[in-house]
Amino acid sequence: MSVLAFADVTYRYPAAQAPALAGVSLEIAPGEMCLLAGLSGHGKSTLLRAACGLAPHFHGGQFAGRVTICGLDTREHGPAALGGVAGVLFQDPETQLVMNSVRAELALALESRGYSPAEVARGVEEVALALGVDHLLERSTHELSGGEKQRVALGAALAGRPKVVLLDEPTSQLDPVAADELIGLLWRLNQEWETTIVLAEHRLERCLAVADRVLALHDGRLAHDGSPGSFLEWSASHAAALQTPGAKLFSLAGLAPPPVGVKQARATLRRHGLLPPEPAPGQAPVPPARLTSGQAPGLTRGQAPAPAPASVRARRWHRPTAPAAALQMRGVWHELRNGPAILRGVNLALAPGESVALMGRNGAGKSTLLRHAAGLLQPTRGRIECTRIALLLQNPGDYFLHEHVRDELSEAALLAAGLAGMAERNPRDLSGGERQRLALAIVTGDGEPPAVVALDEPTRGMDREAKAVLAAELRRRAQEGQAVLVATHDPEFACACAERVVLLADGRVIADGPATELLAGGWYFATETARILGGAGGALAPEQGAALLSSYQRPALKVPAGIYG
Amino acid sequence: MNRALFYRRLPSPLHAARAGVGALWATALVAAALLLYHPLVLLALGLALLGAAAGAGVGGDLRRTLRTALIVALPIVLINVLVTREGLTVFARLGDLGPFGQGDLTVEALVYGAVIALKVTVLILVSTLASLAVDPDELLRLLRRFSFRSALTASLATRMVPLLAADAQRLAEAQRTRPAGTARGGNARGVRGCVAPRGVRGSGSARGVRGRVALFAAVLGGSLDRAMDVAATLELRGFAAASGTRRRTGGMARPWSRHDLAFCASAIAVLALALAGRLTGAAAFDAYPQLHMHVDVGTLVLCVALPLAILLPMCDRRGIEP
Repeated sequence: MSVLAFADVTYRYPAAQAPALAGVSLEIAPGEMCLLAGLSGHGKSTLLRAACGLAPHFHGGQFAGRVTICGLDTREHGPAALGGVAGVLFQDPETQLVMNSVRAELALALESRGYSPAEVARGVEEVALALGVDHLLERSTHELSGGEKQRVALGAALAGRPKVVLLDEPTSQLDPVAADELIGLLWRLNQEWETTIVLAEHRLERCLAVADRVLALHDGRLAHDGSPGSFLEWSASHAAALQTPGAKLFSLAGLAPPPVGVKQARATLRRHGLLPPEPAPGQAPVPPARLTSGQAPGLTRGQAPAPAPASVRARRWHRPTAPAAALQMRGVWHELRNGPAILRGVNLALAPGESVALMGRNGAGKSTLLRHAAGLLQPTRGRIECTRIALLLQNPGDYFLHEHVRDELSEAALLAAGLAGMAERNPRDLSGGERQRLALAIVTGDGEPPAVVALDEPTRGMDREAKAVLAAELRRRAQEGQAVLVATHDPEFACACAERVVLLADGRVIADGPATELLAGGWYFATETARILGGAGGALAPEQGAALLSSYQRPALKVPAGIYG
Repeated sequence: MNRALFYRRLPSPLHAARAGVGALWATALVAAALLLYHPLVLLALGLALLGAAAGAGVGGDLRRTLRTALIVALPIVLINVLVTREGLTVFARLGDLGPFGQGDLTVEALVYGAVIALKVTVLILVSTLASLAVDPDELLRLLRRFSFRSALTASLATRMVPLLAADAQRLAEAQRTRPAGTARGGNARGVRGCVAPRGVRGSGSARGVRGRVALFAAVLGGSLDRAMDVAATLELRGFAAASGTRRRTGGMARPWSRHDLAFCASAIAVLALALAGRLTGAAAFDAYPQLHMHVDVGTLVLCVALPLAILLPMCDRRGIEP
């Protein structure tokens, strides 16, 4: 007995040339936790919308085949009826909160379905306790943080205790901590209440370890359906863009099986003798970043480290000299009237051609710092020196004022941005990556290039392929001498585009150093490769990690240069 | 974003009272402001409102509103003194104004305008205090018994106000980061170019108007996109099913708290005092043809009793945490 079944479903949006779903057939059993994988525009969101009846009831279009959810045929029942058995959570929590207070938000779905006041009160209480939002019940929804909003929106979707929960990239707007909390929460729902979860996500490494099954979509077709392990094996040969960094590391190092999580990866490495054993009681462990290639695992304090691989050394960070700085911030404070200080004496200098990732949890002050750098805000104390800066804010759509791409930029600028063929299209119809490119071209202008290019969370909702294109573009700009400053929550992206990382907390710079050190030793602010290798050798990318592992096995092996090239 | 516009749950007796009672209390204050004309009584009412706002934790917001209210109040005084031809005490003669007759400005018209302005200011303060301290969701839930969809739509509209304000602010910021002249048709005009050297800013009223029109169009476009997403969310929450469902959800059963009772009593007392003041003439005020402002015991009693009735419920701080 399946809780969700697709039988040869083909769906085409109104006025679309190609179908968004093509001949999809699948069955999901009660209590399964399924992960939907695929690049942007390949049908993940449409599949979820078809499952809850929004396609075709809300969106229109041509629909063929049959979808049944908890025994209800979506052709016969609309989203309102299906919402009773399926909770849905989309990307943007702002559009999913429709009431002013959290209590009213949680109560809405129950009230709409005519539950009695007592049932509503009980339902609200239970879902608030289950999701840990009971302390927010009396708060206004517009006061909540992004993570809290997404949690409340999930609560609203779960208030009627649906059997199935459909989630469309729910972590894309969240910082790593809030995202991990949400995934943990879904896992608990699945384990404790046997709620069936269908989760579409780009950052697969975040959720593969808790998934029972992975469904991969390509061009609207079901390209793979299997366990997380089998998906990773399949992606290595069929969809490299879907490979997790851990799987890529193993694939490059010639290790098997590809790991679904850090725990499994480390167990495998330990079995192969490629990880240091846990330190004995009383023995001080060596700081992870000090372990470099060529050292035998299990290095103890006092042993001299061998030189790092060339690829790692080449990306070492050099502190810029102040006179040549493209951007110089000296003791910058931003203090709100009758409120807290958002920035507290920030000192930051960027040299021309330097690329820096600005990291930290939500509310740490990253966006405020960028706004100060661009002159959108004036510091209450301190000084900022910058000749020319282009700032790309979080939502590229905010830059588009016209109905045609050609009206947004000159022909030369469109050509330079690789968007010449899209001049007649509406900017809002472009893909996420194209919109990002157009917005970046708009803020940098078509005249003299800016001294600093700053981007605020540019990878939200982007798939791995689009992120790689953006990282390449930023590296190109850095090579041309523009300083690059990127605020991001994504350590993999930070590693791909920055040589230096500045970590902010409570408006202060709490760490500033080379990416190879700062992204190698942490839990949240670390790449998956670094977490798997325990920060050894400062290896951040799978290629670097694979080179390091190879050097453990064969010290004479030459590390390939130009990993990012 | 102007926080003064939006309700936030704060630890105060007024916030702790149920929305229906809060609305009743605010209605009583509005009635008092409309019924009473004596400047001293209106002044006492205004001061009591500022005190109540301080007790509700929104004193700063109300003081800011007071500054805005003065912008509305001053023109009222000016217009009244210019257009009113009543009153005997002339303080300025503008001569023959053709079809408008003699332009004599009188003290009575000036004072009466000031009283009306004071009344309007008090009404603005009451409305602001109510919007800050009375939960709109809870209030609209009361109305759902009669029209579920209309009440829900009203809830949605109140939720959308801060969202649209945030959208507009975000879009304006994005436009400020566009370098000047990045596109054909001057689309970037009227915005400040951040790629330009720091301190260099676009300017000019024509540019500003065009920039604002473009910004308005972008906010409108964005709000339509948002409306689609919100509509999808509402659909999934059973909005369509609600029309055919028997409504049993007027509100979650909730016992009457001390604050509910206190504000109910306060509302009744304010209404009674206002009616008494009106009927006995204790709060009467005649501006025309000549100023006549009597102050008797009744007036003084009103000046003391009204603030007391308004402020007393604020003194009980038990059980006010959200």
